[in-house]
Amino acid sequence: MRQVNVNVQQITRVEGHGNILLSAKDGKIEKLLWEVTESPRLFEAMLRGRYCEDVSHIASRICGICSIAHTTASLQATEAAFGVKLSEQALLLRKLLYDAELLESHVLHVLFLAAPDFMGVDSVFPLVKTHPDVVVMALRLKKLAYNLAEALAGRKTHPLSCVVGGFAKLPDLAELKSLRGRLESALVDLDTTVKLVKTLKIPDFTRQTEYIALKDPKEYAFISGDIASSDAAITPLDKYRSVTNEFCVPHSTAKLTRNKRDSYMVGALSRFNLNHDQLLPKAKKVAKELGLTAPCHNPFMITVAQLAEAFHAAEESINIIDRILSKGLKEEENKVKVKAGRGVGAVEAPRGILFHDYTYDNNGVLIEANCVIPTNQNHNNIQKDMEALVPLILNKPEDEIRLTLEMLVRAYDPCISCSTH
Amino acid sequence: MEPKVAFFDFTSCEGCQLDALNLTGEEAVALLNAVDIVNFREVKTERADNYDIAFIEGSITRESEIPRLQKIRAQAKVLIALGTCASIGGINCLKNHLPMEEALKIVYGKDARYYNTIPARPINAVIPVDYYIRGCPPVTTEIIKVIKALLLGKKPDIPNYPVCVECKMAGNVCVFERGMTCLGPVTRAGCGAICITSGRHCWGCRGLVEDPNIDSEKEILKKYGLTVEKVIEKFKIYDTYAEVAK
Repeated sequence: MRQVNVNVQQITRVEGHGNILLSAKDGKIEKLLWEVTESPRLFEAMLRGRYCEDVSHIASRICGICSIAHTTASLQATEAAFGVKLSEQALLLRKLLYDAELLESHVLHVLFLAAPDFMGVDSVFPLVKTHPDVVVMALRLKKLAYNLAEALAGRKTHPLSCVVGGFAKLPDLAELKSLRGRLESALVDLDTTVKLVKTLKIPDFTRQTEYIALKDPKEYAFISGDIASSDAAITPLDKYRSVTNEFCVPHSTAKLTRNKRDSYMVGALSRFNLNHDQLLPKAKKVAKELGLTAPCHNPFMITVAQLAEAFHAAEESINIIDRILSKGLKEEENKVKVKAGRGVGAVEAPRGILFHDYTYDNNGVLIEANCVIPTNQNHNNIQKDMEALVPLILNKPEDEIRLTLEMLVRAYDPCISCSTH
Repeated sequence: MEPKVAFFDFTSCEGCQLDALNLTGEEAVALLNAVDIVNFREVKTERADNYDIAFIEGSITRESEIPRLQKIRAQAKVLIALGTCASIGGINCLKNHLPMEEALKIVYGKDARYYNTIPARPINAVIPVDYYIRGCPPVTTEIIKVIKALLLGKKPDIPNYPVCVECKMAGNVCVFERGMTCLGPVTRAGCGAICITSGRHCWGCRGLVEDPNIDSEKEILKKYGLTVEKVIEKFKIYDTYAEVAK
């Protein structure tokens, strides 16, 4: 008669509030639940009645970690509604800003949130004393990403200069040039991170699921493209609801989603599985070096896919800065004409595909909004992963079961307050 | 013994806590030598019930958050509101102009019955607060400055003058000259006028200064053909709690 009880209230080292509940008796699972208890902020209600100029400013606050992703999706939804097309220069700057956030978010997850589990400590704080070089390196990478975002948008958390139709202020070329040098050094720091990640023992667990991400024939998609799935044909953005199929359950304040199967996955591993051919050379090499090959069905490998993408973001940033430096920047007039209509914006946030869907009246006032968040799409997949994983580890000590389940949730790098929003 | 510091989050985007970690290596080492961080759920697993200084992020939007906040107040010797949501209610109060059932229904439709929410409020609507670090998000250097002051047993110096002062020092062209409205003349500084420097205007995320010079603001606005009402409309983003509570 063996009773197993795991009760993790407010799992740590993730953004937001969620619980893991497991009870099993004699090898039989009685209860297994990934509960999302985050307090709803009700953004879709708060955005109603707001003027288009303020909408991305408010929508950015859905998330403190991926505020650039929310701002970008929001701006793209508004631009789609008004029929605004970005200039080549504005698009390049937006991509560069996007890479900054992706790099920062992935470094934060790989080194600060995920790594401590593998190193037998509770947080990054004890590592300041035991592994000061790793911590200083991680902070250096984070700082670079912050400074890159600051050069482009004033700050990283809740960016300022990016507006509907372009940028309210252009970055300083000398500053971009100096950041380019630091990005070259960042690639060396990322090489060191690869060495560290190589020593981590990644749990061996696979469960096949549906993988969904943006796809753009021209490049590894972060802020462009249509909706691709491992199980279905390409879906245009404005039909996103036919893919997300959101539904509510009482134990989660975040809505859940499903498409062709019981659940689907979004995020770095989904992107890798669907678009790996388009990664830049160093990113491709790192994936191979760390044993990541597509299709990969092990959710614990999300962290490895994030590291490959961090290389991609740094490489792409260098390429974009080179283009900007060779062409220079020119002030562009940014005249936006408001009109009634609906627009859908989609981006690949660090944690996966993100949709903002707005309808405006003819005065540019928002009358309806819908946001579908990466983590709210992943919650159901986390639950299904747990259901497949627990029977395989149920004979282990309770502490080990708890840690493995926590590590599974952390692998998804969930942004829980964002998912409820 | 270093003072024990704890971070707690309520209803928020957790951006304030994240920016508190935007440190250089040297700053991180110095900070961790000076204080013992015992609670920081976003980045740390072990938790402790004993702490001296508590930083609170987020506003209060559920009944269940009230006893949790009261318990933290009872334990902490010094309690600091971190960021705009905790200090003045912030963006979460935008839903307060709607009946709560309606706000829930807009988001969850027929499933709204599963969930609950109360009008959003700053933490000082529930418990006494010792210090405020405003800003959406707050500036990392300001957070460090407050921790330093507390370690030295001093009262943290929190600005109570308008954003215009810092904006002038930043050398910006006045937003009104560029044909836009700006809350800088009545909004508490501390941000270095970052929004204006970045090509935008002030949204008032730090709330009003304690003694706003409304008459002078009116004069400025008149000069540019604007009214106080039009400018206060902008305050609906961050400071609606004070407006409704009046």
